[in-house]
Amino acid sequence: MSRKIVKSRYFGDEGLIETVSEVPAEKHKAWGPDAELKVVGKPVSRLDGYEKVTGKAVFTFDVDLPRMTYARILRSAVPHAKIKNIDTSEAEDLPGVLKVLTYKNCPKIPWHWNTTVLFDERVRYQGDEVACVAAESEAVAEEALRLIRVDYEVLPFVTDPAEAMKSSSAKVHDWGNIIDEGPAVYFRGDVEKGFGESDLTFEDTYSTQVVVHNPTEPHCSVASWEGDKLTVWDSTQALFGVRDAIAKSLSMPSSKVRVIKKYMGGGFGGKLEAGKYSVIAALISKEIGRPVRITMDRKEMNLSVGNRPDSVQRLKAGAKKDGTLLALSQYSYGNVGAYPNGADCGTPLRSLYKCPNVRTEEYSVLTNLGRSRAYRAPGHVQGTFAFESLIDDLAYKLGMDPLELRKKNFTEVDPISGRPYTSKRILEAYEQGSKAIGWLEKRKPTGSEQGRFRRGIGMASQIWWGGGGPPAYCTIKLNQDGSAHVLAGTQDLGTGTYTFLAQIASEVLEIPIDKIEVTIGDTETCPYCGLSGGSLTAPSVSPAARDAAEQMKSKLLSAGAALLETPESNLKYSSGRISRLDEPDKALSISEVIGKLHEKVLVTTGAREANPEGYEINSFGAQFAEVEVDTETGRVRVLKIVAAHDIGRVLNYKTLLNQFHGGIIQGASYALLEERVVDEYTGKVLTTNIHDYKLPTVKDTPEIELIIVSDSDPLISNTGVKGIGEPAIIPTAGAIANAVYNALGVRIKSLPITPDKVLMALSEKI
Amino acid sequence: MSKDSKNGGISRRKFLQGMGSGIIGTYVLTPAVSSATEKLTKNAEKLRLTMPLTMKVNGKQVHIQVEPRTTLAEVLREQLGLTGTKVVCNNGECGGCTVLMDQKAVYSCHILALDCSGKEITTIEGLMKADKLNPVQEAFIEHDGLQCGFCTPGQIMAAEALLLKNSRPTRDEVLEGMSGNICRCAAYPNIIESVLSAADKLRNESSSMK
Repeated sequence: MSRKIVKSRYFGDEGLIETVSEVPAEKHKAWGPDAELKVVGKPVSRLDGYEKVTGKAVFTFDVDLPRMTYARILRSAVPHAKIKNIDTSEAEDLPGVLKVLTYKNCPKIPWHWNTTVLFDERVRYQGDEVACVAAESEAVAEEALRLIRVDYEVLPFVTDPAEAMKSSSAKVHDWGNIIDEGPAVYFRGDVEKGFGESDLTFEDTYSTQVVVHNPTEPHCSVASWEGDKLTVWDSTQALFGVRDAIAKSLSMPSSKVRVIKKYMGGGFGGKLEAGKYSVIAALISKEIGRPVRITMDRKEMNLSVGNRPDSVQRLKAGAKKDGTLLALSQYSYGNVGAYPNGADCGTPLRSLYKCPNVRTEEYSVLTNLGRSRAYRAPGHVQGTFAFESLIDDLAYKLGMDPLELRKKNFTEVDPISGRPYTSKRILEAYEQGSKAIGWLEKRKPTGSEQGRFRRGIGMASQIWWGGGGPPAYCTIKLNQDGSAHVLAGTQDLGTGTYTFLAQIASEVLEIPIDKIEVTIGDTETCPYCGLSGGSLTAPSVSPAARDAAEQMKSKLLSAGAALLETPESNLKYSSGRISRLDEPDKALSISEVIGKLHEKVLVTTGAREANPEGYEINSFGAQFAEVEVDTETGRVRVLKIVAAHDIGRVLNYKTLLNQFHGGIIQGASYALLEERVVDEYTGKVLTTNIHDYKLPTVKDTPEIELIIVSDSDPLISNTGVKGIGEPAIIPTAGAIANAVYNALGVRIKSLPITPDKVLMALSEKI
Repeated sequence: MSKDSKNGGISRRKFLQGMGSGIIGTYVLTPAVSSATEKLTKNAEKLRLTMPLTMKVNGKQVHIQVEPRTTLAEVLREQLGLTGTKVVCNNGECGGCTVLMDQKAVYSCHILALDCSGKEITTIEGLMKADKLNPVQEAFIEHDGLQCGFCTPGQIMAAEALLLKNSRPTRDEVLEGMSGNICRCAAYPNIIESVLSAADKLRNESSSMK
């Protein structure tokens, strides 16, 4: 129960950071590879399944309160302008309109690191917030938006990052278009020397598109005041982040803001930040004295709430004849949109393989388009596609099997820090994955396929952090009747958080899952956990849950020892009963112990332990794709994906497999379908609905085979878990692109691999 | 595209030229738009007139007043409190709002409520019999045919409609029947398994009844 403060290093919302954290003073023995577990790891059906299949699950989008009002946002129609005037009088006169908020009557609340305010007089992209209307109904609010007259002084704009980097470009902000005024530079060794010593060098440019999260539940928020206390229901991946952003924006104590999110309809990284809309809802609600629900429509979802930045990556590799990598370099830039963010994607190149000489130079560039946000494995998805294409190209030039080239450059330590990994089982992933796809038997020499339909097999590797870490807490309340309540201030995006928390409590306390209730997603009733992104949730929160449960068991055992008048060492805990080893009929149930303590509820709070010092924690994997290309239509069909991954312990195989399916299909649609299209002449986005923006349907489902090569990583934490949300999507596009190359013998270097690009590449080959 | 400045509004072509060459210009939404807004306001008043609607929802007759512009999805969610039906695109593109109308799957965001007069509507809330899950719902839990759950009511209603029409769907028929419903979490492999397994269940139930 006692805690200590230690130095801690973990991957969080600010990237990999050195910090201090409160952690348990002692560690529990980790569930290692040979731990015999009865509930954890089993394919338990998700706890929230019943509510979700019956329509009873209440999402933020469904929250309905008495006297509810409805707010909609008016967004800039132009990519860059100064607002000369806004006339809201007609809108205000419309019956049913309760409040119109614009820059004229809204406090100047800073946003995006003081680069703008809640309602700015200068709008910097099509979709920037101009005004907000609250009304008696959604329909009236929408009508009122059309009655607001905005007088824009149109300014020059830029949408292409290459153009934006030029000094002659229109400026998105007066201080310039390049984040930090220059590239993020990393180097080790001497890259020019490395290229000089290489037997072969290969260089090419790869590019990726902007894709949009498009979760099904729109970004939305409901705000309601009771006196000076504000409750906000928010579709968010970061409860406490939203709470603090709202409190800060409204200059009120965090204790007066409660953020609730029981269920959310997907996030994928887009809901990691507090949205302006949540603050706007709170402001209007306070003013009109009624609850406000604010939701985005699909167009706003495609314009204004984030995307994965694009990338142009000039990559170069140098190697010896035997395939040993001697040097790697990257020059790249990506479009972050109108407000600061990062578009870096060089980590895979820096860390996937052993290579002594590396240099990366990465620019994040502002343009007059919607701002990017974290999106499922930010940077790694773009970077892995390009880098693994380069490695594939290099293998071809060397006359080597691409898989052998990767094995040849396997690294046992992290090439950036020099530290060993807590575990790294990528060689097993190569071995088992290649066997499952038929790498040796089925894969034909690149470009040897003839005829209209040509098949190919390709692969790509993956690295991600995802070890989680402190701070994360979990509370267990054990009732006298033997039922338990697990509470943690974390989030479930559909990833199975509810379920694994119950499984862990059930495992340790040996009480049936149906007697366990889980509450997450509430800043007021739950202990603190971090945001749900970066594949952090399970590896951060599961050890805290186990700690809470183990403490509860200790508590019961020490009470049992006093009640049964014997030392704890003479006690056995089994199926919610405590019995003496020497006299097994002297036994007490949980209910009896709690009853004798004269408590109705026993409470413990567990914490995530520190990550081990001196190690890197990473997840690894490899995906193998088999594709068929129709050379007449240019269409690529993914036949099969084999995903072989090292992800530590599996908490629940059923939800794990599902999340892998999702990541892989999203990765395949990134490779083949999705793209935000912008008209460069007007600066407007052309793909603002999900007819024009291509999302995969059930018909785009390939055969998927999942192989987990890991059992547990006891060095990381007491549960031995690594996160998997992101590893699932990282290598998919690279594997597909390499399979297309194997099928056709021509490289498609830009995503998505659409039929026009395939046909163009084929025509150039002839 | 309309001719330049004819109706006093902004000339799109000139505007484009201005933007393209980087000229800083001003445009104000003036007379043409203004008269349009007047019309809009008048229309709005007209629209706010409500009309009576009678339909059957989940087995019960409902008599309500609705505005002519209101969609079935809006009536279900806002007037009848049946929030199991989700609105994702509000544009007939994703199937999130799928309900049954006279036993056929429809996108409720794309149907005006007044067009449902006399129809029989079934929503996700109407699938359970007393406390018992419908076989499709059971199969979605068992085969984990969902992640975040937001598209799930629509998926289940689409599956229900498919199985009402075809109790022995092949895998391809399941793909066809479910292709109008987008799942962004991409739980598709499990959705396919859920529907196939529900079909088996339903067949077993009906054969055991015989």
